Amino acid sequence: MIPELGHFALIVALLLALTQAVLPLVGAQRGNLTLMAVARPAAQGQFVFVALAFACLAYSFLTNDFSVDNVARNSFSQLPEVYRITATWGSHEGSMLLWVLMLAFWTTAVSVFSRHLPDDMVARVIGVMGLISIGFIAFLLTTSNPFERLLPAAPDGRDMNPLLQDWGMIIHPPMLYMGYVGFAVAFAFAIAALISGRLDAAWARWSRPWTTVAWAFLTLGIVLGAWWAYRELGWGGWWFWDPTENASFMPWIAGTALIHSLAVTEKRGAFKAWTVLLALTAFSLSLLGTFLVRSGVLSSVHAFATDPARGAFILGFLAVAIGGSLVLFAWRAPRMLTGGAFNWFSREAMLLANNVILLAALGSVLLGTLYPLLMDALGMGKISVGPPYFNAVFVPLMAPALFLMGIGPLTRWKDASLPDMVGRLKWALAIAVATGFLLPLTMKGFNPWATLGFFLSVWIVLSVLIGFRERLKNSGRLGNLPRAFWGMQLAHLGLAWGIAGITLVANYQQERDVRMNVGDHTELAGYTFTFKGTSEHPGPNYRAARGTVDVSKGGKLLFTLHPEKRIYNASGMPMTEAAIHPDFFRDVYVALGEPLDEQATTWAVRVFHKPFINWLWLGALLMVIGGFLAASDRRYRIAVKSVVPAGAAAQGA
Amino acid sequence: MKSRHKKLLVIVLGVTGLGIAAALILNAFQSNLVFFFSPTQVERGEAPTDRAFRIGGLVESGSVKREADGLTVRFVVTDTAKSMNVVYKGILPDLFKEGKGVVAEGKIGTDGTFNASQVLAKHDENYMPPEAAHALEQAQKAQETLVK
Repeated sequence: MIPELGHFALIVALLLALTQAVLPLVGAQRGNLTLMAVARPAAQGQFVFVALAFACLAYSFLTNDFSVDNVARNSFSQLPEVYRITATWGSHEGSMLLWVLMLAFWTTAVSVFSRHLPDDMVARVIGVMGLISIGFIAFLLTTSNPFERLLPAAPDGRDMNPLLQDWGMIIHPPMLYMGYVGFAVAFAFAIAALISGRLDAAWARWSRPWTTVAWAFLTLGIVLGAWWAYRELGWGGWWFWDPTENASFMPWIAGTALIHSLAVTEKRGAFKAWTVLLALTAFSLSLLGTFLVRSGVLSSVHAFATDPARGAFILGFLAVAIGGSLVLFAWRAPRMLTGGAFNWFSREAMLLANNVILLAALGSVLLGTLYPLLMDALGMGKISVGPPYFNAVFVPLMAPALFLMGIGPLTRWKDASLPDMVGRLKWALAIAVATGFLLPLTMKGFNPWATLGFFLSVWIVLSVLIGFRERLKNSGRLGNLPRAFWGMQLAHLGLAWGIAGITLVANYQQERDVRMNVGDHTELAGYTFTFKGTSEHPGPNYRAARGTVDVSKGGKLLFTLHPEKRIYNASGMPMTEAAIHPDFFRDVYVALGEPLDEQATTWAVRVFHKPFINWLWLGALLMVIGGFLAASDRRYRIAVKSVVPAGAAAQGA
Repeated sequence: MKSRHKKLLVIVLGVTGLGIAAALILNAFQSNLVFFFSPTQVERGEAPTDRAFRIGGLVESGSVKREADGLTVRFVVTDTAKSMNVVYKGILPDLFKEGKGVVAEGKIGTDGTFNASQVLAKHDENYMPPEAAHALEQAQKAQETLVK
């Protein structure tokens, strides 16, 4: 009964989405206030029904209703309760329902926090989001119904993929989707501005906080994914340039470019067409990411061709959304091209450089992700593009952008003086260069990548400090500085922190694969690892061989780690559960390979010493905090009655 | 310099920068593409001898042997028509199993053994790596044409 209720709620939600899309858009076009007023209640009603559908699905998972096909395929009676709830979005169908729930949530948020916007703008934004929602709910109902019954019911489920049974995976998808779908708001604002022809500073000001919040969620989602991969895959790596990762990284790059471009449009009225195009791009890439991960095209182009319903639907939706918005752009944007003039050395120019570099980097990721798929689809052979390509391209491309990051925030709008800038930054430059060259010498000798990484992170940190000092001269107290300024500074600082962590772990990590019998020990990075053997350890839905490894330094026992090798009951799937001892300065990481003899007393063991890896997570967290702080700046909450002339507030992008 | 000239200079610099970036990208792309070959194709001499490539197929049953150090593993990858010897040092992925699909990346040695630098087995029990499935499919097709 409950699954049918969920199914019914989803159909009602589709009807509400239709109402939410059609009536307000027509109303806005005709200037009919009654029709426009439908937008808010329709959006909120849709949210209620989507949430009800989602709750029904979660209930089916929680109560082990194996007469629901989706539950039978993705859950298991022995699965712990918390994972039964997260299994709701572990499957294809469930994750699409989560997508729709997030979209309805964002739309409701827009309907609540848009009191200060003109009625026709609100109607159009909510209407466009309704159109997107129609597409996705129709996709669910026609190709991926999560409530499909299984007759006769399965006696038990096939279990959730063991790799997903981790608390990093509990929050990773919701955060990622909050980011993906959040760009729908920026997209809807851009479309609404194109339709109404009011592409101005006010529009940029309205979309900024939404874009920044979406970006912060996406950042968090991506980092949680990397953290999960690091802990759960047993290889000690955190980023593989895998197509599924690239799928989420591409909208992030576009979103980062968008945030910076919006700053120029809001403050100076320039880059309007460019900003709109970026807003369309960011969301289009979110759709592309959803398509790549959800259509099955990645696991096999051929599987996609034999069961094309899902992929074809998303591809068609992608074509309509991207094609339609680009046509609208080409039709409307040329009329709205006016912008403030600026000198070649100015904040605008710096942000333009930032955008150009980010888009070049985006292009390189897109090429490496889609080219193998295209070749395969055309029957031109199987190729793969691995991390060497991305590392060879991405790092040199981003380095200039990171260097400019040290200059841009200190540059004046419109026209800045280069000699003045040199005077303000010469000490910072000298210190950063010196650190870059000297620091590697104190560790393992000269290393150009380490030099580059240290130089850039010290450079950015010093620039942020100079920014604070100069602003304090004007406004006196830290508390007087606007949140937007704090947010930018923290996000930049977080990036510098993360880069320092990446540089250290990538260049100075140590790893060793060893064969260990009970009592054997091995040395790594000054630590002694002693293998004490394994014991049987039953889990709720798996059996584990649980290893005991004593880690000591200078003869003193520091801590004991328990890496596991698990076999999951339902699927028979083996999984490595690494044991990690974290610390502010390093992680000690131990994973069990496989038993090398019949009695399982000798094991292949992998030990890692990962210096400063946690700086990566902490830096990323600081970026997220920076994003939320910037979005909460009070000037976004002040009602904008008329179009504010650009350039009123010159500082603090 | 007049501002018009400055603008021109900036544009020229920008275009040059983008050109360099594009060249960098395409060059790295060219030299880092990893092609895939099935054991049959390797047997026919289609695979390169000087650069890394990927092979895929099934791990032949009973072929996995460990050397005394416990970490060097030798096994045979087959597409059911032809097979090839692979040697790998390190910890194998969780889903590496005899009779199951596998993909390995590495270079071919002078003795014809494939020295794998990486062994990939995907994270799903039912799931065959696409390249491995492709190799089996090709071998099957070849055999069918032989029978005819």
